[in-house]
Amino acid sequence: MLKFTRSFAFVLVAMSVLLAACGAPATPSATEAPVSGTQAPAQPTALPTGSVQITGAGATFPFPLYSRWFYDYAFVDTSVKFNYQSIGSGGGIKQITEKTVDFGASDAILNDDQFKAAPGIQMFPIVAGAEAIVVNLTGDDGKAITTAIKFPYTAVADIYLGKIKQWNDPVLTAANPDIKLPAKDIIVVHRSDGSGTTYIFTDYLSKVSADWKSQVGNSTSVKWPVGLGGKGNEGVYGTVSQNDGAIGYVELAYAVQNKTTLNLLQNKAGEYVTPSAESTQSAINDFGANLGDKLALSIVDGPSKSSYPIAGYTYLLLYMDQQDCIKARKLIEFINWAYGPNGTKDATDLLYVPLPDAVKQQVFAKLAQVTCQGKPLGN
Amino acid sequence: MNAELHKDQSSFGARVRNAWQHGDRLYRLLLTVAALLVMILVIGIGYELWQNSALSRQAFGWKFLITSDWDPALNETFGALPFILGTLITSFIALLAAIPLGIGTAIFLAELAPDWLREPLGFLVELLAAVPSVVYGLWGLFVYIPVFVRPSAEFLNKSLGFLPLFEGPVFGPSRLAAGLLLAIMVFPTITAISRDVFRAIPNSQREAAMAMGATRWEMIYQVLIPYGTSGLLGAIILGLGRALGETIAVTMVIGNNLDLSASLLRPGYTMASIIANEFTEATFDLYLNALIEIGLILFAMTLLINIIARLLIWRVSQRTKAEVRA
Repeated sequence: MLKFTRSFAFVLVAMSVLLAACGAPATPSATEAPVSGTQAPAQPTALPTGSVQITGAGATFPFPLYSRWFYDYAFVDTSVKFNYQSIGSGGGIKQITEKTVDFGASDAILNDDQFKAAPGIQMFPIVAGAEAIVVNLTGDDGKAITTAIKFPYTAVADIYLGKIKQWNDPVLTAANPDIKLPAKDIIVVHRSDGSGTTYIFTDYLSKVSADWKSQVGNSTSVKWPVGLGGKGNEGVYGTVSQNDGAIGYVELAYAVQNKTTLNLLQNKAGEYVTPSAESTQSAINDFGANLGDKLALSIVDGPSKSSYPIAGYTYLLLYMDQQDCIKARKLIEFINWAYGPNGTKDATDLLYVPLPDAVKQQVFAKLAQVTCQGKPLGN
Repeated sequence: MNAELHKDQSSFGARVRNAWQHGDRLYRLLLTVAALLVMILVIGIGYELWQNSALSRQAFGWKFLITSDWDPALNETFGALPFILGTLITSFIALLAAIPLGIGTAIFLAELAPDWLREPLGFLVELLAAVPSVVYGLWGLFVYIPVFVRPSAEFLNKSLGFLPLFEGPVFGPSRLAAGLLLAIMVFPTITAISRDVFRAIPNSQREAAMAMGATRWEMIYQVLIPYGTSGLLGAIILGLGRALGETIAVTMVIGNNLDLSASLLRPGYTMASIIANEFTEATFDLYLNALIEIGLILFAMTLLINIIARLLIWRVSQRTKAEVRA
């Protein structure tokens, strides 16, 4: 189909193989395993170290977590070696569709065309993440405003649409009686690179604002009505921190690491909520009772009082019928481990939001149905 | 006997044996293949870009070059105008700032610098050329913009704000910021090559000028610069090449906005940046094709500029040759 893409992908594969060869952890032995609790599943025939190579490609958002998981899992099962290329959700979807990798990863939910292009593909939500609204604003007294600003339900959408232009707009001053908002222009900052973060953010804006939905839409990159684009979380954060009056969105983990003020968003129930693991889990639970067969669902704008409105899952993409039975079994074992206590601990350490049990049960049920060449995997 | 010798030389087997005996032919063959490879690469890249942009070329035609709508989400329409303008404007600013700075530094290094300063300074210039562009980008975003570009932009806006070129409001990331960062990035290239150009000028030229009673200044401006013009142009072209294609550093400081206003203080976008920004997450074929077509335009533009530059250098060198002889 697209030769250019494929050769480009080939270069990436070659590079990551090289990188993996350089960066692989020293052959771990069972005795010095730092991860306690989980024992390697007893294998009828023990496979030699690193003999099963599983490759994946896709989203950058979960990359730090996946790296940590692969590292820790190397102590659990020495026979498996993972190789993940964080080339972006689009690239991940493309590669798993062309079956050049064993699993894909995406922050965006596959659309109908993409499902059709890859028959038998299944999305598995792995963890969730929230996005924080960051602000850089100096008050009239010359001091930076560090109190969390409250944003009413459609305020962020109206700011990004260019409808609310100044910080002392009546909508904002009414919601923040305690803060003296200055008469300064709002400088809107967004991601310039296509990203899952933007996908989730514009998903949120489309849900809370009909104008946004009809004028801009929801995608990994959109035609922004106003504002500056920064590359990556660091680009958005850097641009915000240099412009007095700037507003931007970054992944929660990035905002927490930079110790910036986490501003409050009004959710569907009318409450002002701060982004956190708890408020994100609440959003997951709002929708989590019935994920449906796709196991993929938007979780922005959750209805309950404690739900933070800008959140999303990141997904693994697998074919329900696998071709290589050993790889398939190893991969499923790994995913089960990642959902288990050790994997969850890694996720929490890195400020990702693990799935609540209700959601995990649905995922486990689906994982158990994965087959190899038409036959059940068994154990 | 003569005829026999002739016959011997022309016998095919003997000729092959002769040619291969000393490895000359083999060596020549290897070098020819290497050189041909360059041509094949250029043609191959052009062909691939052309092929893989088919969908977008069919959908938008020549309009792609003059429309500014880039909307992958809602209408799925694409136009390249903001990116083409952004690339041209930032490269122009970069050259405007880097040419006097680069050639000036080169003159200092080649003609005026005391010996103890020449080597370390030359080394530093070469070091600047070797700094990875992502480092320039980060430095640009977190140091250069707040410390230098923004105050300069505010000054320009206050003093010349009535011109559309310097219209506010002033943001940090802007076309000006990208241009000025590029200036720093192409400056070492221009300096290093220009310095070598000056050093290659034979001393007789300098001596002759001095003997005619020229001051040092007059010698540099009336003899050395005209003598080295074609080399200096070459240095500038190499700098321009880097400016046109520079991706990551520009992406980090330009603000990535489709804004089409004339103001240099507003954020812009370049061709290389849009590809870097959106290629990985381009999820449908037309989108990907449009990005590849941008690559094709950038490729064609670079080729065109290089051809024009070659012609320019050729004309200049013809002229100087004539002058030197005269």
